[in-house]
Amino acid sequence: MSTTDSSDVIVIGAGVVGAACAYYAARHGLSVTVLDRGAVAGGTTGAGEGNLLVSDKEPGPELELALISLALWRELSEALPPEIEYEPKGGLVVASAPEGLPALRKLAAGQRAAGVKAEEIPPERLPGLEPHLAPGLAGGVHYPQDAQVQPALAAAHLLRASGARLRLGEEVTGFLKGASGELKGVRTSKGALHAPYVVNAAGAWGGELARLAGATLPLLPRRGFVLVTEPLPQLVRHKVYSAEYVADVASGSAELQTSAVVEGTPAGPVLIGASREQVGFDRSLSTAALRRLAAQAVALFPVLARVRAMRTYAGFRPYLPDHLPAIGHDPTVPGLLHACGHEGAGIGLAPATGLVIARLVTGDKPPLDPGPFGPGRFAGASGTSGTSGRASTPR
Amino acid sequence: MARNPIELAGARPGPPFEITFDGRTVTALPGQSVAAALWAAGILAWRTTRRGGRPRGAFCGIGQCYDCLATVNGRPNRRACLVPARPGDAVTTQQGDGHER
Amino acid sequence: MSAEPYDLAVIGAGAAGLAGAVHAAGQGLSVALLDDAAQAGGQFFRHPAPALKAGRPQALHHHWSAFRELRSRLAASAVDHLTGHHVWTVTRDGDLPWAVHALTGADGEEQRPVCIRARALLLATGAYERQLPFPGWTLPGVVSAGGVQAMLKSGLVLPGRRIVVAGSGPLLLAAASSLATAGARVPLVAEAAGYLGYARHPGALAANPGKLAEGALHAKVLARHRVRLSTRSAVTEVHGTDRVEAVTVRRLDRDWRPLPGTGRRIACDALAVGHGLVPRIELATALGCATRQAPDGTSVLVLDDRQQTSVPGLWAAGETGGIGGWQLAAVEGELAALAVAHRLSGRPAPARVRELRRRRDRMRRFAEAMGAAHRPGPGWTHWLQDGTEVCRCEEVTAGSIREAVAELGARDARTVKLLTRAGMGWCQGRMCGAAVACLAAGGGGAAASEERRPFAVPVPLGTLAALDEPN
Repeated sequence: MSTTDSSDVIVIGAGVVGAACAYYAARHGLSVTVLDRGAVAGGTTGAGEGNLLVSDKEPGPELELALISLALWRELSEALPPEIEYEPKGGLVVASAPEGLPALRKLAAGQRAAGVKAEEIPPERLPGLEPHLAPGLAGGVHYPQDAQVQPALAAAHLLRASGARLRLGEEVTGFLKGASGELKGVRTSKGALHAPYVVNAAGAWGGELARLAGATLPLLPRRGFVLVTEPLPQLVRHKVYSAEYVADVASGSAELQTSAVVEGTPAGPVLIGASREQVGFDRSLSTAALRRLAAQAVALFPVLARVRAMRTYAGFRPYLPDHLPAIGHDPTVPGLLHACGHEGAGIGLAPATGLVIARLVTGDKPPLDPGPFGPGRFAGASGTSGTSGRASTPR
Repeated sequence: MARNPIELAGARPGPPFEITFDGRTVTALPGQSVAAALWAAGILAWRTTRRGGRPRGAFCGIGQCYDCLATVNGRPNRRACLVPARPGDAVTTQQGDGHER
Repeated sequence: MSAEPYDLAVIGAGAAGLAGAVHAAGQGLSVALLDDAAQAGGQFFRHPAPALKAGRPQALHHHWSAFRELRSRLAASAVDHLTGHHVWTVTRDGDLPWAVHALTGADGEEQRPVCIRARALLLATGAYERQLPFPGWTLPGVVSAGGVQAMLKSGLVLPGRRIVVAGSGPLLLAAASSLATAGARVPLVAEAAGYLGYARHPGALAANPGKLAEGALHAKVLARHRVRLSTRSAVTEVHGTDRVEAVTVRRLDRDWRPLPGTGRRIACDALAVGHGLVPRIELATALGCATRQAPDGTSVLVLDDRQQTSVPGLWAAGETGGIGGWQLAAVEGELAALAVAHRLSGRPAPARVRELRRRRDRMRRFAEAMGAAHRPGPGWTHWLQDGTEVCRCEEVTAGSIREAVAELGARDARTVKLLTRAGMGWCQGRMCGAAVACLAAGGGGAAASEERRPFAVPVPLGTLAALDEPN
């Protein structure tokens, strides 16, 4: 075993969550190696819009994680170069009809109690916030804490700032284990790497990786399409979406759901996301999804009707049955930690996730109670017991 | 031997007509694209880039590169190599993304 | 738009699509021929609009009579020729017919989107030019070699009076020959490859005497106009502030690396440049069609013996299966038409299929030999300076792409795009794709760009919003 092949922590996955795990682990004095079979931000991070949202989260552990993350992103925006395009632009959730207002108000009230800033906006004040918004909307709620980063650049600069050793184009093919089943490292397409802790930050592919380690994580991909327009002057100032979006996020339905989130970018194009459907890793174009996204965006901003979409792409949200990420020690494989399953909120939740993982490795107190995110919560529900998971052998 | 392409192709188009480029009169032949009419007048650039403000005009000539985007009769982002010139067309140098701020 | 689906929709009305459409109609199929231009012909047979009343269109084409014949067969056929149709995507729901979605108008600007349905589909979308950047290539007056040809053939115009032609591939000679014939002074054709490359494939050459004759014809024209041809040479810099004033030409080694001390400055007011062609296959790759890397370094569709792609019901002909020129395209178009007719009718394939396949294979071999000879050498990246723009749309420099690869963890064209915006602009990486793929792979050569482009052309959101509910 050569010394260059060993570190304190191996992070598998060079997306934003893996980058944040590497960053905070390194800041806690750990030596870190990051592995990815592809490139930096080559998976779901590269297909995301860079949402740092509290507005779409109901009170509970995920919102708590999001609030900690937002504060960390604010710190990171000072520590990292401006290329990450951090914009604390705020979110605006609108109700198209009066019937949608009570649910929106109720959500906002609960969020306020949890520490979220949320201000109700009567219809006559909407144009002041968003001049191009369609007339006749019933009202909305402004969330000044919502923010945005350019996700691929954010991940790349986090990784660079971490100082972690980066091994790209190297796929994990198996796990090295000791006599009592504890992890000792990983086997890759290029050799063996040693570390007492391995973090599964493989995003939508985290379920496969868990299986390879002899663990179980019932993770599924949930496809989303994003539409990108031609470059425009600033037409859209906030992250704007309709109140129905929150219901879609919380839904477990496999059917296609769309509720367009519309936002501008510093580079000019407007981004329109995000449909949700469970179709496996199928990238083929869904005209039904695009039609609904476009129709909803045009309904919010009629000025977009003549604007051209230059491209569209599909991404795969890593999705767990209870819509909470898996963050923490695997219950059956000592040394294995999971940091995946953030669904559509991985960019937003990455820093707090990274901090929790770092503290769990060092034994320090995490910034919040990680219990609700414990990977062990699926042990019974998935129908696979811990011991049978351990018995499986790496491919 | 032909001195120019019109003679070479034996073209006898109908009477030329006028379009304007940034207010200046340019003569076009029936059947020419906006880009062809501008080239014939010695004009090679009718757009400035979003970041550097650099001049651009036709590059690929077949509608694939979008470098020849022009504002034609107030509508931005028209591919000048594909859009036929029509009498009275007002072509203006497109600045940046071409949209009004 | 007919309620009953067509038997066959052909996308592209160049040599491949024209041949495919008229031969399919000849087999009794109902055919829609969609093309973005106002007239049939594609790039090779591009010609002046009727209003220009060109009495001698053949003066700009070597094989005008072949096109005239295809065009009159089209006119006499029952094919629905849909001009000004810009296909932005093709979809299929289960066993339902294909849905071909198109924008209409000269540049797709009309608010009248259409959807054509057909049982079979033939992609004959041709190619555009491969570009390799160099300092100054964004200056007005630098035009793609194919673009100069296209503007000349359709608009009867030139970008200047003194035009240097540079790059690689047989198109350069054709372009220089047309430019000189049309009255431009062409001081130099700089070809980066050494033509000796062909000599390694004498069999393929001997079997294609027509290609040799064509080359000889260009050579004769070039000699008559005193056009010099320099092989193993490239334009490595363009000079001028707001337009081209001169270029620097350097000698290259076998790997296309510029040799120090060989630069010479040539005054000119335009530069026509291109490094071969890139198949337009985005409609097919969006459907998941398999691709392969051709000897010229481009990504092309994998086709079976009868021109079918890896997706059943989708055929392709011409440049989409590998760059090969209009004669090969016409043969493949006819072959695909017979294959489609055979599939849809169940009748036995005509004996002509065998003859067509033989001709196709012979021409394909020659095309691949030629493509290999002009495949960019790994040394071309030495033309770049850090400040050279690689992505014309988003103005991304070679330096920032190299930084993304070396410092930020980009490893392919997609992650370079995510980290630098190269390829994110209006052309969606069509112009910079070949170069970015090389730089992303950390070196030179001709890495094929595997980028997917689900929209073949930009689509207004209002058009997307108004799509029919199913499909």
